Amino acid sequence: MPRHRSVSAVLGSSASRPRPQPFPSRKRSNLRRRLVVGGLVLVSLVLITISFREPATGVEHGIQSAGATVLRPFEVAAERVARPFRDVYGYFAGLVHVKRENERLKEEISKLRQQALQGGTAQDQLERLQELMQFIDSPQFPKDYEQVSTRIISFDSEFDQRVVIAAGSDHGVREETPVVTRGGLVGSVTQVAGSVAQVTLLTDEGSAVQARDQDTNAIGLVRHGQGKGSLILDDVTKDKRVEQGDIIVTAGTRSGQYPSLFPRGIPIGVVTFVGQSDTSLYKQIQIDPFVDFSSLDAVTALITRKRIPQAP
Amino acid sequence: MVADVMKAAGLLFLVVVVQLSIIANVEILGGHPNLVLVTLVSVALLRGATFGAVAGFSAGLLADTGVFGTLGFTALLLTLAGYWTGRYGETTGRDRAHAPLLSIAVITVLYQISALILRFMLGAHAPAGPIFAALVPTVLLNLLLTVPMYALSRRLLRPREWVPREVRLLG
Repeated sequence: MPRHRSVSAVLGSSASRPRPQPFPSRKRSNLRRRLVVGGLVLVSLVLITISFREPATGVEHGIQSAGATVLRPFEVAAERVARPFRDVYGYFAGLVHVKRENERLKEEISKLRQQALQGGTAQDQLERLQELMQFIDSPQFPKDYEQVSTRIISFDSEFDQRVVIAAGSDHGVREETPVVTRGGLVGSVTQVAGSVAQVTLLTDEGSAVQARDQDTNAIGLVRHGQGKGSLILDDVTKDKRVEQGDIIVTAGTRSGQYPSLFPRGIPIGVVTFVGQSDTSLYKQIQIDPFVDFSSLDAVTALITRKRIPQAP
Repeated sequence: MVADVMKAAGLLFLVVVVQLSIIANVEILGGHPNLVLVTLVSVALLRGATFGAVAGFSAGLLADTGVFGTLGFTALLLTLAGYWTGRYGETTGRDRAHAPLLSIAVITVLYQISALILRFMLGAHAPAGPIFAALVPTVLLNLLLTVPMYALSRRLLRPREWVPREVRLLG
């Protein structure tokens, strides 16, 4: 055979060449690999479909709840191991702003002390009057609520603003149970298992809370804002008065679109910006939340035995 | 084989727990490291496509269970990530020093975009802007995690000896 052959000579050659025979084991392994990955993709798609179509009491959710309960001790252990490191980081991160914050807090304390004195007197008066008038009210925060303090054991992906807490139906937590910190409202429970529950944060796309301005009583809907962890007070008409520095608290009323009922008076945040344009029906109000959603650690679930009134 | 499965299962279980409890809340320069993805890519590179797909499915299912997420969502994405990385490891990526870093960079970008598309298709919140803005820091963070995680995976799952395949010359 000549050493240097032209392409045409090779292609035009009439010499019969045996058909390449694939190695049987290789062919089988390719088929098996494709079957495995195809099967897994199919199972995943079926699970996603069931997840969406099944009610919260369905079998798949039951299995998921059981799985979450099994994972809980491991998540708690991991969280405990990480806590000292997180605390050290938090300590040094906090040092940066500590002086400025100290001055601001001192001012705030003296203001709040005065308000607390006035508020205490007003509260006594209100309770006496309500008793006299036999006023029927929904559960009041905090006196009508039991507090279940718990820890966050896992965080969802960057897409969702959801966390899992280490308390569930065994501790009295139910769907729509409000969750707070010492700072204010965190969110509400959206799924419950025996010893764990999922909490959807106030900053999630799907969260909305009826809220009011504590100073002017203007009512609106607190939703997530543009930036991560920011909030806005929406649906406040231009005739209502809202000013920078006003405190926003839960209104304790129910919206048709967002049926979750939070107790009245849980602090949410402080108004940082108020604006309005000619084209919009509503004011643009930005709120700086009291809760630091990026460093949530321990939270409190508010559980009431008192019946929450249902709208007709 | 059984020993490999046990080691990989143990490693991925640990990594999923650490991811959900600690790392999921870590944000550095806007990026979110994904330890599960990094470990899966390392395991798939060392053990191939089928192993990678099964490992990805199991780790994803565990992650979906741990956060009460849509069951099957992460499992689907990680199955495909494990499969593709495994195929790359079995073919062109074999014996290449840069294979883990290249794989994790490509898979991180594909994973984030696929998650976004899948969420959009399912009608869930799919904020494209923040995800694209965080893509570069997320890739960099995952690349940083790749070095120790690949070394650990390599220690647990020793690379297989690749037997050179018989080559038949034409003519």
